[in-house]
Amino acid sequence: MSLTTAHSVVAPSANAKLIAGTIIVAYALISIVPLLWIFATSFKTPPDSIAYPPKVVFQPSIEGYCNLFTTRTRQTPEYINSLGPATGFCDETVRKRNMVIAGPSNFLPRFVNSLIIAFGSTFCAVFLGTLSAYGFSRFKVPLADDLLFFILSTRMMPPIAVAIPIYLMYRELGLSDTALGMILLYTAVNVSLAVWLLKGFIDEIPREYEEAAMIDGYTRLQAFWRTVLPQATTGIAATAIFCLIFAWNEYAFAALLTSGTAQTAPPFIPTIIGEGGQDWPAVAAGTTIFLVPILVFTILLRKQLLRGITFGAVRK
Amino acid sequence: MAEIRVQNLRKAFGDFVAVQDSSFVVEDGEFFVMLGPSGCGKTTTLRMIAGLELPTGGNILLGGEDVTMRRARERDIAFVFQLFALYPHMNVRKNIGFPLLAQGMPSAEIRQRVEETAKLLRIDHLLNKSVSGLAGGDRQRVALGRAIVRRPKCFLMDEPLGTLDTEFRDLMVHELRELHNRIHATTVYVTHDQMEAMSMADKIAVMNHGVIEQFGTPREIYDRPATMFVADFIGSPPMNFLGFAGGLARGAKEILVQGAKVAVPEVREDIAPADMALGIRPEHIRFDDASKLRGAIYGTEYLGTTQIVAVETADGIIKARVPAEIRLAAGDHVGLSLNSARLSLFDKGSGRAVRTAIHDSASQGRAHHG
Repeated sequence: MSLTTAHSVVAPSANAKLIAGTIIVAYALISIVPLLWIFATSFKTPPDSIAYPPKVVFQPSIEGYCNLFTTRTRQTPEYINSLGPATGFCDETVRKRNMVIAGPSNFLPRFVNSLIIAFGSTFCAVFLGTLSAYGFSRFKVPLADDLLFFILSTRMMPPIAVAIPIYLMYRELGLSDTALGMILLYTAVNVSLAVWLLKGFIDEIPREYEEAAMIDGYTRLQAFWRTVLPQATTGIAATAIFCLIFAWNEYAFAALLTSGTAQTAPPFIPTIIGEGGQDWPAVAAGTTIFLVPILVFTILLRKQLLRGITFGAVRK
Repeated sequence: MAEIRVQNLRKAFGDFVAVQDSSFVVEDGEFFVMLGPSGCGKTTTLRMIAGLELPTGGNILLGGEDVTMRRARERDIAFVFQLFALYPHMNVRKNIGFPLLAQGMPSAEIRQRVEETAKLLRIDHLLNKSVSGLAGGDRQRVALGRAIVRRPKCFLMDEPLGTLDTEFRDLMVHELRELHNRIHATTVYVTHDQMEAMSMADKIAVMNHGVIEQFGTPREIYDRPATMFVADFIGSPPMNFLGFAGGLARGAKEILVQGAKVAVPEVREDIAPADMALGIRPEHIRFDDASKLRGAIYGTEYLGTTQIVAVETADGIIKARVPAEIRLAAGDHVGLSLNSARLSLFDKGSGRAVRTAIHDSASQGRAHHG
């Protein structure tokens, strides 16, 4: 059964819709189940998290989150009993495992590092990318094609190929384990993506807008600011999301170049495993919290993201 | 308002010469149209006047001032683009006021000027609307408003009606000319549409391959085309050409076309023996069985008051515009009688018109020659 509309575009048949729907649902399940599992694990107790067969129905607990944000020391029951009443839910939970809270963990500062480095490098990459994309789009740049290819080529090698030279360079320059060093590095990696994506978006904005503004008495920079930029916001937002996702998730450079003050969340989260047994709920809690900023950012800008992904597929 | 003087203007993009040695003068308050097929260099010329392209050679004077190498924003001109270039992130009021904002005008004055301009264009009810929701004609009016509001030295328009549908276009042609009659702004208007050019222009420059083929009033260009290109480009259907052999002396009043003697306007220069062409507008042909110049009816196109009749002659098909009442059938043999006072002669090799009595009679009573 196939329907033909007035525009004589053949409408998809019921069967085709069913097959397409099944594939989408199956793909969504495959993608979402691990995330749901992590989310569920973050609310399990450590014994529940390693139970076999795995527990799907369980008594939720925020022990994982308590463990994530604290460091604990093991004590004798006598010592614990000698303490005053528990000061909060976490305190109480920890004491049941014969432990006391020794202090805050490093998770919060690492998470803040991630925020600073990811948003900082995204801002720099998009800022530089917008300006150079505008230049490539509007001016006759000598060897423009070669330059664009050169910019893109930085994206072609795996991070490990440049890891050692960068490590040595950063050590010499005192940029190792600094937020500035990581912002510079992620900016350098992301600027290629930003230039290419934004050039496409700016190419689509007719030159007449700036020309009209320049004839009407504005300088080129003013014309860019007042006419090009407002129309490029969609492209800038899409580019920002891609850059942010990269910088947020990046593991290899972060593991290699940061160890203390500037360490980001991705290399930190796995280290939780080692502290006092395999604390999967704490790891899952860290991962869950780690997902939130990207989730929020992506939901807020999902229209632009979609436009970024389907970019070039549809001509207006 | 000011006069625009273009002297020996030239523009090359690498090896490609877009504009060759163009010179013309647009007088103060004149509506000047640059007409030609796409790629003829008319838009490039306009962009050089605007300052959006810098010329390879030559000079541009605006109101007597040399602005050849000045930036666009220092020229005090307004430009209306083919695609209007209305800023989609601003409403109508902000779009029209945008040039005034650049001058640092106080906002109360901007408001007043924008409202005056909107009234002039009859779009005052749209001022707070978004430009993206406007109909084609209204977008055009907003674009004009943005040009007028600044009271610049001149207006430059690059095919501003090109994207409108036919109905709107006729309306806007009328409106543009009416607007010009009210504000008398020096205007340079680029188009490839001869109807727009003929109905609006005070003066027309016909361009082809970067060269100005003819510069004159619409009537001069239609009645006395300077080249075969102009003759062919202007008129619908265009001028017919019939080949004849050259070798005529000054003062000749008759030529031989396909064995028939045809009276022509008196030749005012010597014509070397070469291939020549006789140019006849379709409306200057009558059917006359007594004529020696003959052909067979090939087809007809009925237009209501007139009809276009294609006649096959020994030198190809020519088209005649005759009253619609005449009944004709394909294959009929007819004699063609030509209006001798309105014929043009061309040198086929160079394409240039031969000087004849029509040129001399025309230059009488004209103040100056383009």
